[in-house]
Amino acid sequence: MNISRLTSARAHLSTVPLWILPLTFLTFAFFFPLARISFLTLSTSTFNVENLYSAQRVAWFTFYQAALSTLLTLLLGIPSAILFSHFDFRGKALLRALVVVPFLLPTVVVAAAFTSLIGPRGLFSTFQASLFSLSSFAFHPSPFVLILAAHVFYNVAIVIRIVGAALSNLNPKLEDTARSLGADPLHVWLNVTAPLLRPSILAAALLVFLFDFSSFGVILLLGDAQFSTLETEIYFQTVRQFNLPLAALLSIIQLVCTLLVSILYSRLMSRNSYSIAPRPAPAHKPNNFKQRIFTFALCSLLAVCFALPLAALPFRSFTRLEADRGQRGEIHYGFTTDYYEELFVNRRGSVFYAPPIQAIFNSLLYASATVILSLLLGFPAAFALVRPTRLEKILDPLIMLPLGSSTVMLGLGFIITYGRWLASPWLVPFAHTLVALPFVIRALQPAIASIPERLRQAAATLGASPFEVWWNVDLPILRRATLAAVTFAFTISLGEFGATLLIARPEYPTIPVAIERFLSQPGGLNYGQAMAMATILMALTVISIMLVEKSRFPNAGEF
Amino acid sequence: MKRYCFLLLTFLFLLASCASAQPAALVVMTHDSFAVSEAVVNAFEAATGAKVIFLPSGDAGLMLNKAILAKNAPLADVIFGVDNAFLSRAIDEDILESYASPELKNIPAAFKLDFSNRAVPVDYGDVCINYDKAYFAENNLAVPQNLEDLTKPEYRALLAVENPATSSVGLAFLFATVAHYGDSFADYWQALKDNDAVVVDGWEIAYYVNFSASSGKGSQPLVVSYASSPAAEAIYAETPLDTSPTASILGPNTCFRQIEFAGILKGTKNRALAEKFIDFMLGKQFQEDLPLQMFVYPVNPDAALPEAFVRYAQTPTQPATLSPADIAAHRDEWIQAWTNIMLK
Repeated sequence: MNISRLTSARAHLSTVPLWILPLTFLTFAFFFPLARISFLTLSTSTFNVENLYSAQRVAWFTFYQAALSTLLTLLLGIPSAILFSHFDFRGKALLRALVVVPFLLPTVVVAAAFTSLIGPRGLFSTFQASLFSLSSFAFHPSPFVLILAAHVFYNVAIVIRIVGAALSNLNPKLEDTARSLGADPLHVWLNVTAPLLRPSILAAALLVFLFDFSSFGVILLLGDAQFSTLETEIYFQTVRQFNLPLAALLSIIQLVCTLLVSILYSRLMSRNSYSIAPRPAPAHKPNNFKQRIFTFALCSLLAVCFALPLAALPFRSFTRLEADRGQRGEIHYGFTTDYYEELFVNRRGSVFYAPPIQAIFNSLLYASATVILSLLLGFPAAFALVRPTRLEKILDPLIMLPLGSSTVMLGLGFIITYGRWLASPWLVPFAHTLVALPFVIRALQPAIASIPERLRQAAATLGASPFEVWWNVDLPILRRATLAAVTFAFTISLGEFGATLLIARPEYPTIPVAIERFLSQPGGLNYGQAMAMATILMALTVISIMLVEKSRFPNAGEF
Repeated sequence: MKRYCFLLLTFLFLLASCASAQPAALVVMTHDSFAVSEAVVNAFEAATGAKVIFLPSGDAGLMLNKAILAKNAPLADVIFGVDNAFLSRAIDEDILESYASPELKNIPAAFKLDFSNRAVPVDYGDVCINYDKAYFAENNLAVPQNLEDLTKPEYRALLAVENPATSSVGLAFLFATVAHYGDSFADYWQALKDNDAVVVDGWEIAYYVNFSASSGKGSQPLVVSYASSPAAEAIYAETPLDTSPTASILGPNTCFRQIEFAGILKGTKNRALAEKFIDFMLGKQFQEDLPLQMFVYPVNPDAALPEAFVRYAQTPTQPATLSPADIAAHRDEWIQAWTNIMLK
């Protein structure tokens, strides 16, 4: 009793410095602005019956669609995570990188990619019509199904990254032992693998849930204006109706829900202890019939869901549709590089024109700053959270709040708190870090927890300094998880999640900004340039992710 | 530990140095669609010796709300892009300073909706229904001429409209129907719904995903867009065109006129410079730059229109109008009525 209190007191003392940086950041970038805007907008009229009724209706739908989307995402994500961590096959690196791409493309571009594929006059129907001489092909799933599908499409990468990181660190001896004791594959999975994976599955499910819960673009775009979640309703009430009291109520409900889900998550996490091998089993080629079927089926599914719609983008960016305007009725396809060439021309002499190289440079700069910043803040927080004292038990659920808070309200909070500072381009990586930080922490946390304390103690006994312990023991084991964290921070920044809603965007355009600019005006050339820019963004992401994954970490050994 | 403190200090220092930079700068808050030629901005900067910083702040509605919330410590000196749908809110919230620019004498009275000269008209554009010329030619279908035609069975499922709650273009078209039908506008929308009009959230989707004459090659040959969109289609065609693939329906009251205003934000510390910028925006150089930058028309009648505008862009002779006060008083109730009909 005495001893345990003593050690917990020592642990308590030692984690405080770890929190200084993350908490300072969260206080200034999140709690303070949000508190200010809440106090400003809450009034006695907030809690009238009408408001409470509509809030309850919206909250219920938000919860329902998020839970359903999360379930479906796990259903596709967990097998995919197994696929990527256990098996080697041709094109694996590319497919792995492609799955992340939807995560950062503007929703409009993804919608355009889908229509150019399966729309009434898209590639698929044109091809089909010429093949089967069908006049047209209509694809009309209900908006609700579309929302769910889009959420799976966007978020399956989260499950693959986080669960995959845990899977590839699993000690294969445990499964082997179970098997040699006579367990069939199902029992091995249920009794050995699944319990070991539980923390990472929970972490992934939590992130996916919160993303679906605060979903904005997808709901607006695909919901046919019939559905509203808390996030879209807050936007609508704030920006169109200027009903700030109701918006404040909705944003508080959203925060409370996020907090409850996070508390539930930390409760489930704290009941876990498990060990993971520092030397994981390498992936291998599928070596029996069942494995080959599994690999083939899942690869095909992922290729159809991801590679095909995404391939429509580069295809469209090199295709001219207007070639034969004289003879109407048929669409003729022709190869063109016009859109790419046009990217380099400032035709209107506009102040806001950015050469593609400049936009790419800006995007990469912001993304790198976001990676550094979020790792810098995320590592200490994740380390502190692994062996929770009373302090961590309180702080743990709070980490997730930025993901579940309304970007519109937070943006308004920034304005009344920081005013003209918002014109500074330095604030962009900070805004991106706010979204990336929960991902980074939750990606690192299960992996850090898996490091046996014995290893660190052994290293320390042998004379390693704390930094050497971190460098030689922790970092090699955390390789996979760090990669996942870096990928998240990098792609979140490249995709620029809702940064316009958060801060003003001064004259340093990024790729998504350029895409939006092209799409906001009519004309085939503008559309083509948007597709070309989106293709560049996609290529950049895929290349960066593949480079990051190829890079060797110290003492990583075989990769 | 020391390392953290050092980094923290560095960040704070960077923030502080950014915040205090550029004292002689004029900050102009705009919506995200704002565009202007570099040469035009350079001319202003050369004439005044000041630097102009543009602050894109979301769509028109979000921008205005940001300005209102920050009115005690204004984010910028000048705001551009408040349109007649939101004008009353800007006036009522008292975020603008009055300035009777000498340049206003050239501007037709029809654009000056704010008599106290706090909001100064800069440009205008008409929200109209665009049609796909080829579709109607191929199908031997007459082009609808007015709002009534759109409810006829031969145009079933051919029109894409934007949700007025989320799109300013959609809102403008709702205003046109209100101006034309008065209190019975709801019946008209019911008829449009019965005729399977397609509702989408925003202009980008309506135009690039639904409209059949755009590069998205969608399934609706009629879309609510701008009267200037046909000019843009011709100018930004993939291969040079001598005609536009689209045109606008210009019947009486089918189009709604949007006027965009600029104003000096209350509490500016750069009043003199802000006045100069307002004068500059009304002057010939800026006004002539507007059409090809934002596909809108200049309010200054002395400004010459670019050739492409004269050839392809059409202006309705009788656009629908509503007073800003009327809009402010009833906007929410109209949107609610629309939502009840179209989305239930």
